[in-house]
Amino acid sequence: MVALDQVDFTVQPGEVHALMGENGAGKSTLIKVMTGVYPADKGSIRLAGQEICPTSPSDATRLGISTVYQEVNLAPNLSVAENICLGREPKGWSGIRWREVRKRADQALARLSVSIDTGRALGSYSVAIQQMAAIARALDVQAKVLVLDEPTSSLDAAEVQQLFEAINRLKAEGMGIVFVTHFLDQVYAISDWMTILRNGRKVAEGATKDITRTDLVKHMIGREMSSDEAHPKAPESSALQSPPLLTAQSLNRKGAITNLDVSIGAGEVLGLAGLLGSGRSESVRLFFGCDRLDSGKLEVDGKGVHGWSSSDAIRAGFGYCPEDRKTSGIVPELSVRENIVLVLQSRRGWLRSIPRKRQADLAQRMVAQLNIATTDIEKPVQFLSGGNQQKALLARWLLTEPRLLLLDEPTRGIDVGAKQEIMNLVEDLRGKGMSFVFVSSELAEVVRTCRKVAVLRDRRMVETLTGSEITEERIMATIAEVSH
Amino acid sequence: MKRLITRERLPILATSIVCLGLYLLSGFNFEGFFSLRVAFNFLTDNAFLGIIAVGLTFVILTGGIDLSVGAMVGLSGILVAFLVDSKHWNPIAAMAIALGCGAVLGLMHGYLIAKFELAPFLVTLAGLFLCRGLALWISKASIQIKDPLMTDMASFHVGLPGGASLSLSSILFIAVLLIAIYASRQTTFGRAVFAIGGGKQSAVLMGLRVPQTLILVYMLSGVCSALGGIVFAIYTSSGNAIGGTGMELDAIAAVVVGGTLLSGGYGSILGTFLGVLILAIIQTAITFQGTLSSWWTKIAIGTLLLIFMLMQRGIVKATERTTA
Repeated sequence: MVALDQVDFTVQPGEVHALMGENGAGKSTLIKVMTGVYPADKGSIRLAGQEICPTSPSDATRLGISTVYQEVNLAPNLSVAENICLGREPKGWSGIRWREVRKRADQALARLSVSIDTGRALGSYSVAIQQMAAIARALDVQAKVLVLDEPTSSLDAAEVQQLFEAINRLKAEGMGIVFVTHFLDQVYAISDWMTILRNGRKVAEGATKDITRTDLVKHMIGREMSSDEAHPKAPESSALQSPPLLTAQSLNRKGAITNLDVSIGAGEVLGLAGLLGSGRSESVRLFFGCDRLDSGKLEVDGKGVHGWSSSDAIRAGFGYCPEDRKTSGIVPELSVRENIVLVLQSRRGWLRSIPRKRQADLAQRMVAQLNIATTDIEKPVQFLSGGNQQKALLARWLLTEPRLLLLDEPTRGIDVGAKQEIMNLVEDLRGKGMSFVFVSSELAEVVRTCRKVAVLRDRRMVETLTGSEITEERIMATIAEVSH
Repeated sequence: MKRLITRERLPILATSIVCLGLYLLSGFNFEGFFSLRVAFNFLTDNAFLGIIAVGLTFVILTGGIDLSVGAMVGLSGILVAFLVDSKHWNPIAAMAIALGCGAVLGLMHGYLIAKFELAPFLVTLAGLFLCRGLALWISKASIQIKDPLMTDMASFHVGLPGGASLSLSSILFIAVLLIAIYASRQTTFGRAVFAIGGGKQSAVLMGLRVPQTLILVYMLSGVCSALGGIVFAIYTSSGNAIGGTGMELDAIAAVVVGGTLLSGGYGSILGTFLGVLILAIIQTAITFQGTLSSWWTKIAIGTLLLIFMLMQRGIVKATERTTA
């Protein structure tokens, strides 16, 4: 696997350069190479014409490339002033000169037009101010290039505005700024130039004003148009007349999703489409009762539910395959059999264990049904390929005969054949009356699998598409629309 | 306007109030408690504990712990006594060797903790056994120190008005205290200690020399505990391999009562000094009282420790609420 393949990237002084791309596009890798976390296998980095080779983040900082991360990496227990100067405090005969530390901190913050009491502990301020302090720290070392890695993820609108003002001021001073974000509006609000990465390659670059939103989205998630673009749509399910299995009415959860309004009937596949960070996984978590609602109404089988929890969801016949199967799904050391019977067993309670023979039968049946490639059901599941692990995870839930299965990125990181098989399986089971929520970054998969798609943008549901409206073009256009 | 009472200062304020309150309470109850002589005896009688607690404060500020300090007291005491009395070494040379031992042990602790990311609790627990074992290997029996220079040191006093006097131990304690306060507030090393306690990963990303700082911190604690052992040996005019047993716990109590958070990042040397004073006042008050057994000291310290922990937890919770 090549994380980054021959990517050229140039930041001009006085430019805000947006680095765009979905998960796994290579953004973080590129930043990590620039800031000395990883070495590049090939290629070079030049700063103001001089070839450099940073060996660590602190080395890169010394050379003039500073990074401000999403999570503020400062010491919350120390004062703001000290955080800005830490490690390079001005010293006199009596040690650190605190008055000068305060003065320097005030100066650096003044450049960002932030005026606060720098004597107070950093941790007593909001994340926005902490981020400003992190930027001020970068300014204090005379950074030439400032990398902002998703700095706005935990800021509210006013705070974002304040950050942008600071960025504009630095830009005017001639600093080169690399800006990484998932929020399209922000990219257009602040950046001059953008580079779009996809699967480790640069797919487009240009002035922000020349790249339309639709083009940007297309470059980020759209695939090259291929032959299976036009595929037959299964007829609308007749099951739609029965009361919906799950209805969500204007669900809100701060920092996760707003205004989520969807319903899923029996035998229906609801797709959630949107860019990374648009609130897809968060929505699924709400459906499964992993997180609490701030407001909104959730109905299951036409009845309103309160304090919806995961155990309620399991009792109602829901199943959930989370996004990261390695950390929150599969138990790598356990065998294929044990992984498959896990949920069924926990449902029966640990006191009434399923007889070993029956476990083996069930596992064997699922292995055959889902075509899981394993030499033996006693093999630890970690030795299976990604696609087969994913199928084992599906098998685990299918054994419980769920009515609704929530699949968050079930096709990520698995080979093409396995992707096909999983999508075919969803189609089969749907025909038998099972319902799904299907989340995928691959639009083509969403288009192919779903007959109803909720489009999410910047943690807000913006539109529901059904039937023939569901095309890659239409979804991308909806994602790219200017929000008001 | 600057506020005198801030959330960061709350623990040290609480410690000061408890310290003053206990002092006044004891003073009004017991005849002669308010004399300068008693006050300076607080220093002399607890110099070894104070010196150890100061070194330990640095360790705890980084979020670590050093369990070996009590055992180091035993080792350095018996080592000095053995070299001076049985081998007829010059006392100064013997003390230098003891301090060297403390430094080397601290270096080993720091190296293992910084480079291999081993748990400080376990590394220094191993150090505790090592020191205690070495001390008993040198001599199981306690050794009386009869060297004239050492006895001179034990009786050395700087007379002060009002019948009080400053012993060599208390002078050493005050010196260590002042140096530590300076180092913790005015040097890059001291500030790095606080930054590491606030978040090790962040400290690395801020370009601080985290491993070097950690090694230095454990060396400091080793040297301080060795010095504490020497002072203890001078104070008792003998070396004893099992001297200082459990003293690491008294030192931790003093540091925590002094307002230093066991998880690191918050605290001060001055607080530790007050913590040691609080322990000293309780001890002296119980001696003055006369009828209570000395175990009441432990009960009082335990209760105080519990109250302080609850208070610190409350402050942390309150801080989290305001930033959330």
